[in-house]
Amino acid sequence: MLALDQRDDIGLPPVFADWFMARGWAPRAHQLALVAHAGRGESVLLVAPTGGGKTLAGFLPSLIDLAGTPKRARAQRLHTLYVSPLKALAVDVARNLETPVAEMGLPIRVETRTGDTPPARRARQRHSPPDILLTTPEQFSLMLSSPEAPRMFAGVRAVVLDELHAIHNSKRGDLLALALSRLQTLAPNHRRIGLSATVADPAPLQRYLVPQPRTGGALSSLVRGAPGAMPEIAISASDAHVPWSGHLANHAMPDVMAAIKASKTALVFVNTRSQAERTFQNLWRLNDDNLAIALHHGSLAPEQRRKVEAAMTRGALRAVVCTSTLDLGIDWGAVDRVICIGAPKGAARLVQRIGRANHRLDEPSRALLVPSNRFEVLECNAARDAVLAGELDGERLKKGGLDVLAQHVLCVACSAPFDPDVLFAEVKSASSYAHLTREDFDRVVDFVATGGYALKSYDRYARLRKTPDGKWRIAHPRAAQQYRLNAGVIVEDPMIDIRMQAKGRPIGAGGRVLGKMEEYFVENLVRGDTFIFSGEVLRFEGIHENAAFVTRTSDPQAQIPSYNGGKFPLSTFLAGRVREMIADPKYWGALPHPVGEWLRIQQYRSLVPEPGQLLVETFPRGSKEYLVCYPFEGRLAHQTLGMLLTRRLERLRMRPLGFLANEYALAIWALRDMSGLDMAPLFDEDMLGDDLDAWLAESALYKRTFRNCAIISGLIERRNLNAEKTGRQVTFSSDLIYDVLREHEPDHILLRATYEDAATGLLDIARLSEMLKRIKGRIVTKKLDRVSPLAVPALLEISKEMVAGEAHEDILREAEESLIEEAMRLA
Amino acid sequence: MREICVNDEELVLDASGALWWPAERTLVAADLHFEKGSFYALSGQFLPPYDTRSTLKRLAALIAHYAPARIIALGDSFHDRLAAERLDDFERATIAEMADRVEWIWIAGNHDPAPPAWCGKALEEIALGRLVFRHEPSIWRARGEIAGHLHPCASVTRHGRTLRRRCFASDGARMVLPAFGAYAGGLDVREHVLRALFADTFRAYLLGRQRVYAVAA
Repeated sequence: MLALDQRDDIGLPPVFADWFMARGWAPRAHQLALVAHAGRGESVLLVAPTGGGKTLAGFLPSLIDLAGTPKRARAQRLHTLYVSPLKALAVDVARNLETPVAEMGLPIRVETRTGDTPPARRARQRHSPPDILLTTPEQFSLMLSSPEAPRMFAGVRAVVLDELHAIHNSKRGDLLALALSRLQTLAPNHRRIGLSATVADPAPLQRYLVPQPRTGGALSSLVRGAPGAMPEIAISASDAHVPWSGHLANHAMPDVMAAIKASKTALVFVNTRSQAERTFQNLWRLNDDNLAIALHHGSLAPEQRRKVEAAMTRGALRAVVCTSTLDLGIDWGAVDRVICIGAPKGAARLVQRIGRANHRLDEPSRALLVPSNRFEVLECNAARDAVLAGELDGERLKKGGLDVLAQHVLCVACSAPFDPDVLFAEVKSASSYAHLTREDFDRVVDFVATGGYALKSYDRYARLRKTPDGKWRIAHPRAAQQYRLNAGVIVEDPMIDIRMQAKGRPIGAGGRVLGKMEEYFVENLVRGDTFIFSGEVLRFEGIHENAAFVTRTSDPQAQIPSYNGGKFPLSTFLAGRVREMIADPKYWGALPHPVGEWLRIQQYRSLVPEPGQLLVETFPRGSKEYLVCYPFEGRLAHQTLGMLLTRRLERLRMRPLGFLANEYALAIWALRDMSGLDMAPLFDEDMLGDDLDAWLAESALYKRTFRNCAIISGLIERRNLNAEKTGRQVTFSSDLIYDVLREHEPDHILLRATYEDAATGLLDIARLSEMLKRIKGRIVTKKLDRVSPLAVPALLEISKEMVAGEAHEDILREAEESLIEEAMRLA
Repeated sequence: MREICVNDEELVLDASGALWWPAERTLVAADLHFEKGSFYALSGQFLPPYDTRSTLKRLAALIAHYAPARIIALGDSFHDRLAAERLDDFERATIAEMADRVEWIWIAGNHDPAPPAWCGKALEEIALGRLVFRHEPSIWRARGEIAGHLHPCASVTRHGRTLRRRCFASDGARMVLPAFGAYAGGLDVREHVLRALFADTFRAYLLGRQRVYAVAA
C-alpha cells in the first residue's frame, strides 16, 4: 500500500488524491493500475477478492476523465455504462458512487436504469443521458433496440462490467456479449473494465472483454488485486455420528445455532429452496433466545425479500438462511461469519460465499462448513483444502446460445434495418460466438423472419423483410412491441401465486401473496395437504384463477416443496480432489472417525478405486440385483448415464427396474444378475449415439430445455399484446410443439439450439462424454454378496425411485391398479 | 384400446384419443383444430407449421386400422373461420380424399360454426342409436351425449412424478372426448365445468402409448 504523503507520485489528479487523503485512505495498487490502463485506452480485467475497493477501481478512470472535462465542453452524452447482473447491486453502486462525486464536487450525473425505472425517466435518459448509467444486461439490450440507440450510445467512452465471473458463461452472459458487440459498432472508441472475483483461469474473461479478430485469441490486459487474508474455515463434524445420507444436517443444527450465537451476523447458505425452508424451521426450533433469524430465497414475494435485505442493511438480523440468491449482492458490513450447510459443490462457489463475510481485505473471513452426510464430509474437506491452497475449479465454457442470438437479431432489427454481412461480423467478434458459421447465422435470421421452417408457409406473415438494398427490417411495429414484451433470457418454470386465504371468506376473495411456487408442485396438492413455505406451515385450500389459496396450520409432517432449481452439480475439479482423497488411506485418519472407518471397511469388503478408475460393484439385495458405480461427475451427468445404461441393460435382457443418481454414484437395480456383464462395452462412449438420440425424444429434462430455448428465441411468447389488453395469457404446451417439430423437421435450428444447451446444461452430456473417455480401460469390477459401505448412501436415497424404459406406462398402470384394488377390496 | 359402455352402447377408446363405435363402424375425433399453428403465425408467433399434417397423419393411421364407414369430426375441426383457406394444397387434398371415401360429418363447433362446404356434410349435431353427437356438452345431464369442446386431461402422481395426459371422461351415461388436434391444449378434469357434467363418480381414461388407462377422477 502506498504511503499517504506520496500524493504527487501516485498518478491521480490533485482533487482525487486530496479526497483519498481526506478519507484517510491510500489508493490501492490495482486502482492506480486501472487508471493507467484506461489512460492508454486499453480494456482491462481486474481480478481481486471481495473488499478490495474493486467497484471504485472500475469507476475511477471515468470519474477522472469526466472531472477533467468541463461540463460545457461535453456534449450531453452517456460517458460510462455500468452493467451488473443484479438490479439491487446497480442501485447500491449508484448510491456508493454518489459519495465521492459529492465530496469532490464533481459535475457528474449518475443514474440507474432497471425494470423499476418509470417510463418518463427512461424517455428522458434516451434524450438527455446521464454521464454514468448503471443498469443490467436485460435493460442494456432493451435500450439497444430503440431507434435512438445509435445517438444515445455514440459517445460512450467506458463500460464497466461487474461480477463478470458470475455471468460471462451463462445465457445472460451471451446476451451481454451480443449487446457489447453492438456497442462496439455504435461507439468504436470505448474501452472496457471487467471486475471479477478470483477465478482459476482469467483468459476466457479477458477474451470476453475485447472484440475478437477473425483469427481469434485477443486478450484484454489483466490486473490482479492483492490477495485477501486467508479465510478461516472450520468443518463441523463429530466423531460420534455422521449420517449416511440426506441433505438436512439435522444432527448439526445445535452447532449451527452455536455459531450464530457467536457471530454478529451470519449468512447461512444452503443449496436448495426446500433445504432453506427446512433449515429455517429447524433453527427456530432451537432458537430459545429468539434471535432474529430470517429466510431468503427466490420463491418468496419480492417485498418480503426486500424487507429481509433492508433489515440486514440496518444490522437488525443475527442470521439469514439463504440460497444462491445471496451469493452475489450488496455489501453487508455486519456479516462476520458464513455458514455453509451441505455440499460446497465447487471451490470457487465456496470462495464466493465465504467472501460474503467481512468485506475488509486484511481480516480473515470466517466460515463454518456443515456437511450433512459422509460424502459431503469428503467434499467439504476437499473444498477447504483447495481454497487454502489457492486452487479453484475451472469452468467448461459453453458456446453462445443460438436462442439468445435470435433474440439479439430481433433487437438489432427493432433499432434499425441491418446488413446481414455487417451483423454477422459484429456477432462473431464476441468471443462466445467466434465459432458461429455463416450458415447458422443465416438460419437464425431466417428463424426470426418467418420461423425458419423448410415448409415456407409463413412467408406472408414475416416479422423481418428484406429491403431492396439487401438489409433486413422489421415488417411491422408490432414486432418491436413483441420484442420488448419478451426480451430477456431468464426463464422460470410456470409459477403460481401462493395467497393466504382471508379468514371466513371464500376462496378467491383476496388474500396476501406469500410468494410464488412452481405450478407442478401445486398441481399435486389436494385440499387439506400441508406444506412448508415461506417459513410457515400451510394448508392447501384450492386454486382459484391462477393463485393457490392456503391457510395457516401446524403439522409436523408437512411436506417441503422440492424445487427443480438450485441444484448445481459437483464441479469436475472438486470431484477430482474427492477421488484422490478417497484413494489415499493416509488422508483417512484426518477425517471424522465414522468416515475413516467407512472407507476402511469399504477397502476390506470391496475395494477403494484409484483416482482414475471407475469402480463398478454388483450385488443382490432383497429380490433385486444391483449395479452401483461411482463416477463422481454430479447428479445431472449421472442421471443421463442412468437413462442410457438402463436402455442398454434392457436390450441385454437384464430387466432393469430403475436407477438412482446422486452427486457421487449411480445405482441401477434389475431382475437379473448383472455381475457377468462385460463392463467395457456397457460403458462405451458409443452410448452417446443412437441411445442418446432415442432417449432425447422422451426426456422431460430435454423438453424443459426446449421450452427455455423456445421462449428465449421468441418462438413462444411469455407475454403477448392481446394478453396485455385482456389480461389473459395465451400459453401453449411447448411439449406439443416439440413433438410436432421433432417429427417433421428434426434438424430445425431451434432443436440444434436445444441440443447444444442441454449438452452443457441439464443433461451434462459434455461431462459424461469426458468421463466415458477417462475411464476407458480403467473400469474395476467387484462382485459382492451384499451391499458395500460405499453403496449405502445411494441405496438409502432410493425411496424416490426413478423408473426406466416404460416408466410412464408403468405409472399409468399403477394408477389404474390402485383403482382396481380399491374397487375389489371387500372391507 | 379399451371397451366401455356409454348409455348401453359399446364403444372402443383408442389410445390416439379417437372413439371407435364398432356397431356403427363410426370413428369420432373431437377438436382437430386444423391450422392452429398458422393462426398464431398471423400475430407473429411462428409455431411449427406442421400441426395440420401431424393431425391428419394420425387420423389416416386410424382409418387404415379401423376402415370406418363414417367419420364424425366433433366440432372445432378448424381453429378459426379462415383456417380452411390457409390449408396448403397437400393438406386440402388429403382431407378431401379422406372425406370422399367415407360418410364424413363435420359437427359445427364454436371455432368453426360453418365447416367447409367442399367436402363432407355439415351438421349441428347427429343422433345415432342411443347416442347423440354434439360439440359442446349440454349443461343438463344428457344421457347418451358424446361431446368434445372441453379438451379434458388428467394427471396422476406416482413415485413423486406427475404425468399429465389427455383423457376421455365418462360416467357411463355420457362422455367428453379428448382433443385430437396436435396443438390443442387441455383442461384438468378436476375443473368445475367438467366435473359438473357427470354423476359423482366418473372416470378419466388417460391416453397411454398403446392403450388407455382408467383412473378415478
